[in-house]
Amino acid sequence: MTSLTKTPTPQDLPAVSDVPLTHGSLPRRAAPLTLLGSVLAGLLLFVLDWSPAWCALLAAAGYTLTVYLWSRRVEGSRKATDRVVTAIVTSAFLLALLPLVSVLITVVGKGLARFDATFFTNSMRGVVGEGGGVHHAIMGTLIITGLAALISVPVGILTAIYLVEYGRGRLARYITFFVDVMTGIPSIVAGLFAYALFELFYGPGVRMGIMGAVALSVLMIPIVVRATEEMLKLVPNELREAAFALAVPKWLTILKVVLPTALAGIATGVTLAIARVIGETAPLLIAVGITTGDNFDPFDGRMATLSVFSYYEYVSPGVPPEPSLDRAWSAAFLLIIIVMALNLVARLVSRLFAPKTRA
Amino acid sequence: MRKGQTVPPTSERTRTRGAPLSLGDRLFAGSATGAGVLILLVLAGVAAFLVAEAWPALTASEDEIPGGEGLVLYIWPLLLGTLLSATLALLMAAPLAVAIALFVTHYAPRRLAAPLGYIIDLLAAVPSIIYGLWGFSVLAPQTVSPSGWLAENLGWIPFFAGPASSTGRTMLTAAIVLAVMILPIITAVIREAFLQTPRLHEEASWALGATRWEMIRLSVLPFGRSSMIGGSMLGLGRALGETMAVAIVLSVSADAFSFNLISSSNVATIAANIALKFPESSGVAVNVLIASGLVLFVVTLLVNMGARAVINRRREFSGAN
Repeated sequence: MTSLTKTPTPQDLPAVSDVPLTHGSLPRRAAPLTLLGSVLAGLLLFVLDWSPAWCALLAAAGYTLTVYLWSRRVEGSRKATDRVVTAIVTSAFLLALLPLVSVLITVVGKGLARFDATFFTNSMRGVVGEGGGVHHAIMGTLIITGLAALISVPVGILTAIYLVEYGRGRLARYITFFVDVMTGIPSIVAGLFAYALFELFYGPGVRMGIMGAVALSVLMIPIVVRATEEMLKLVPNELREAAFALAVPKWLTILKVVLPTALAGIATGVTLAIARVIGETAPLLIAVGITTGDNFDPFDGRMATLSVFSYYEYVSPGVPPEPSLDRAWSAAFLLIIIVMALNLVARLVSRLFAPKTRA
Repeated sequence: MRKGQTVPPTSERTRTRGAPLSLGDRLFAGSATGAGVLILLVLAGVAAFLVAEAWPALTASEDEIPGGEGLVLYIWPLLLGTLLSATLALLMAAPLAVAIALFVTHYAPRRLAAPLGYIIDLLAAVPSIIYGLWGFSVLAPQTVSPSGWLAENLGWIPFFAGPASSTGRTMLTAAIVLAVMILPIITAVIREAFLQTPRLHEEASWALGATRWEMIRLSVLPFGRSSMIGGSMLGLGRALGETMAVAIVLSVSADAFSFNLISSSNVATIAANIALKFPESSGVAVNVLIASGLVLFVVTLLVNMGARAVINRRREFSGAN
């Protein structure tokens, strides 16, 4: 107890008033006000005819610097660093939104030029200069993507069923790994594969719609497998066991219990997979080519597709180029509408038809 | 029962294997397994058919190869161009992806996390042809004056040697477009890992009085390290194989590779070169293009297998489960 009795003399300790028990901190409105100030400064520069990019950059830098110095003075360096990182992380997110917004504005702005009746009902047969439409390309895109879905959905879902319900051991591990690897196959390589495959039977220079479908399904199968696999894993084991307990054979259990439970998720996954491949250009450029007229037979020669149509109209426009460029942008706009609509449908399906998990 | 005769198997044995499989069961299991094996066959088929079609190019004489200097010298500059553009895109996209993943998981309000992540995923939904058109008509003109400045003031760095392109259709622009395109996939992988950071690690940091950044540096980033590496490699694989955006944006006029990022004479990437030349090629030229596609396939395959291995290793040892 003796040690406790020895109290430090007043000289050993700094005066109580010198040791702050709390850190200083910026007023609550400090950060928003600084932000407002930098935004105003940026707008001022914009009015003074600086480029928008520089204005945004300077405003962001101004905010970061002000907040850092202020916070460092009042709150110390640790908090100051924290505030700087917050600013950087937030601006990184905003920066990533920039291309998305810019792409959408550009495509909508330039794509509306040719959204007329002719555009949707006519083909490009015999069209030079103005006019012409993409009816043939819309049909081509739908046919080829539909065939690709027809090939990849059964294969993908069956593979996922194998992986989740049957797969044990080495084969399952290999398949999982290579499905992952397959998601990374460059789309143009898929196109080359389809070409190489069909060239063996049909000779050099072959172009057919079905080749495009094969190329697209190489890209689509792994996406379907992954999505379905995730969904099947979510199906509670109790459901399977209940079915087994009633002596339902395994295949019937999967067909009548597991698949219906996971159906909404699988439909979402398939829709997203379709959205992913419907905009592909490179494999179709290689395997299907382009044509100006209607060809709706995927086993007979070249077909037109929206993406390839847009590409050719853009890189080899006629004279004058404007009508071609308009068609290219409108086809691109149509494509983006289809893709976004599919994404939306997928969201809705997963939201509306998801099994209610809460009791 | 005579001595030496084996006892007929009791029901013990059959019971462990379950009841005899019905026809439906056997059919179903068979087709499911068949589908799985089919995928392996397809992947093997991709490699086999590409090799078969590339073979004539390997055996052709040097004069038959476009450029007249043999297959290796034809593909080599293209491969360097591919690696340059993809690496550059990765350098731009990876830090941004980490920051975005952090924002979505640890900075944005919890309720907004999912919608914000969805917005970033929308970037991946835009078809590549549209990125190409956008890069050509919107982004490229914007880069003209900055690259002029770079050529003037930083011309001593080989990357900015100039003369600066007047159209903006440079390696730099192509790399920026690629960076935008691979951003969502890298972000998605990293975001997934950041979300799985053990809650206790984070709360321990908070309890020690760490600021938000210190908490992230001490618990979130170390936990997500292998995902950051794996996600970046996946993004690299994407960038290596991306075709249409590069084919449209890049102005291709040179045969020799250079590190100059802002000039108008560039070598193409392998994928872009195939897209540009394939429709008009015939004879051995087609085989040469397929051979270059085979090289691309092998490179992306290696990168992707590496990425998956890194990501999967984290899954096994993370201790998050």
